[in-house]
Amino acid sequence: MPEKPGEIQIDKEIDARGSFCPGPLMELIRGIRAIPVGGTLALLSSDPGSARDVPAWVQKAGHELLGTFPEQGYTRFVVRRKR
Amino acid sequence: MPRQIIIIGGGVGGTITANMLARQLRPHEAEITLIDSTGRHVYMPFWLYMPFNDSDPQSQLLVRDERTLLHQRVHLLIGQVQQIDVANHQVHVSQSNALEPAGGKRESVLVYDDLVLATGARLAFADLPGLEEGPGVWHHFYDTEGALRLRQALSTFPGGRIVIAVAGIPYRCPPAPLEFTFLLDDWLRQHYLREHTVIEYLYPLPRVFTIERVAEMVAPWLEEREIATRVFFTPEAVDQQRRVIRSLEGEEVPFDLLILVPPHRGAQVIEASGLGDSQGWIPTDRYTLQVKGQEHLYALGDATDLPVPKSGSAAHFEARVLARRLAAAIRGETLEGDEALYDGEVMCFLETGNRRATQLVFNYEHPPEPPRPSLFYHLEKQLLNHAYWHLIPQGLI
Ligand SMILES: Cc1cc2nc3c(=O)[nH]c(=O)nc-3n(C[C@H](O)[C@H](O)[C@H](O)COP(=O)(O)OP(=O)(O)OC[C@H]3O[C@@H](n4cnc5c(N)ncnc54)[C@H](O)[C@@H]3O)c2cc1C
Repeated sequence: MPEKPGEIQIDKEIDARGSFCPGPLMELIRGIRAIPVGGTLALLSSDPGSARDVPAWVQKAGHELLGTFPEQGYTRFVVRRKR
Repeated sequence: MPRQIIIIGGGVGGTITANMLARQLRPHEAEITLIDSTGRHVYMPFWLYMPFNDSDPQSQLLVRDERTLLHQRVHLLIGQVQQIDVANHQVHVSQSNALEPAGGKRESVLVYDDLVLATGARLAFADLPGLEEGPGVWHHFYDTEGALRLRQALSTFPGGRIVIAVAGIPYRCPPAPLEFTFLLDDWLRQHYLREHTVIEYLYPLPRVFTIERVAEMVAPWLEEREIATRVFFTPEAVDQQRRVIRSLEGEEVPFDLLILVPPHRGAQVIEASGLGDSQGWIPTDRYTLQVKGQEHLYALGDATDLPVPKSGSAAHFEARVLARRLAAAIRGETLEGDEALYDGEVMCFLETGNRRATQLVFNYEHPPEPPRPSLFYHLEKQLLNHAYWHLIPQGLI
């Protein structure tokens, strides 16, 4: 897993900060359709529930979680669309 | 000159706002106009029960003339707002004109000082492939027509696989699909069909409801009633020929009867006027209810992007705050204390079947602590279904 978010090229970024459960997860589910298979998406979330829900959904849906990066007051999830 | 206040939308949010403003502001302070496309006020919670009873679609408990619910000082304009021109403080309205030759329309432009958007949500069937090809095997209870068709389908249902699913979040009244599932289970038992029926409840989230605490409480009730659940199911398409629903997560679930909460979006005029996000919800300040980045423009109810359930209850509490704030602003007064801001307050019931219900009360800071389901809350909801018409739109409580 890359050490820093800067090391991954991002195709699309979704800023879901300030939106609460299930806001960020829903943004991710919708957002992933907007990038091509193989593309990457960054999701910014300040909702603590995302730490559990996002990895669980990514696994269920068969995509890949490239990294979870804690930032000041929010977390950045980087996901690769696999199918 | 009185200030011109225009409210678009005669649902619960717009109606309460108009009535409270009419009571709080004097005629020389403000003139209040409410524009609604139908002029008919609908009490949507009624739809939940319609598939299971023989209520009349013209029932006074479902629909009334908007005029009869409005304070006499509120002007009611029945027409469709086509465009909101924020830069020029104008709204463009088209009205059907009975006096003109068939299909005659009159266009008018109204100018406002303050504008309140209470345009609600709309069903966007086109957002889920497979829904538009006619209502054969899939059903919903999100409008009067749908609820009646579902009643018809149930009346001839011989048993089989019933699947309940939610097309996407957000949708109106988050507890509704759960409530429907419990009421359906009751109905099938009463009609000796439960033994011949499998019920499966599908939900897009990792749990059976949006709020975790409530989901944890409800899950065992579903299990007790032998209702199968499948989470992380975000519908991608419905195949009516093969009678399957497919998910974005890559699963396929077969059904004989599909009952689906349709996709929702903000009103067309919000999208057409560039005031919404990608789904047409209006970016709104969660405390002041001002449209973000706009002056003299406010939004409430289902139309907003607020992180509260799309419910009449939220619209009700928001309307009270909005009317107070707007009246104070027009008078040049400043409001202080809790009354001045919307704190995310919501109160709704959750029918759990067997003539029992529980109640969810919460706000931005405090999640709900639902009491054990009881006959008491069920009766309270039934009471509200009647009392609504005399208390809520008028803004009396
Ligand atoms: C089955 C079901 C059960 C429910 N049960 C409950 C419940 O138990 N408790 C609860 O609190 N909530 C419940 N709700 C939700 C509740 O009914 C809605 O959240 C509520 O009606 C929202 O009110 P609103 O004023 O924001 O929007 P609406 O009531 O949708 O009103 C919007 C109005 O704007 C008008 N409009 C839109 N665009 C235009 C335009 N361009 N020009 C003119 N007019 C326009 C529309 O015609 C409509 O009259 C339920 C909903 C459903 C579907």
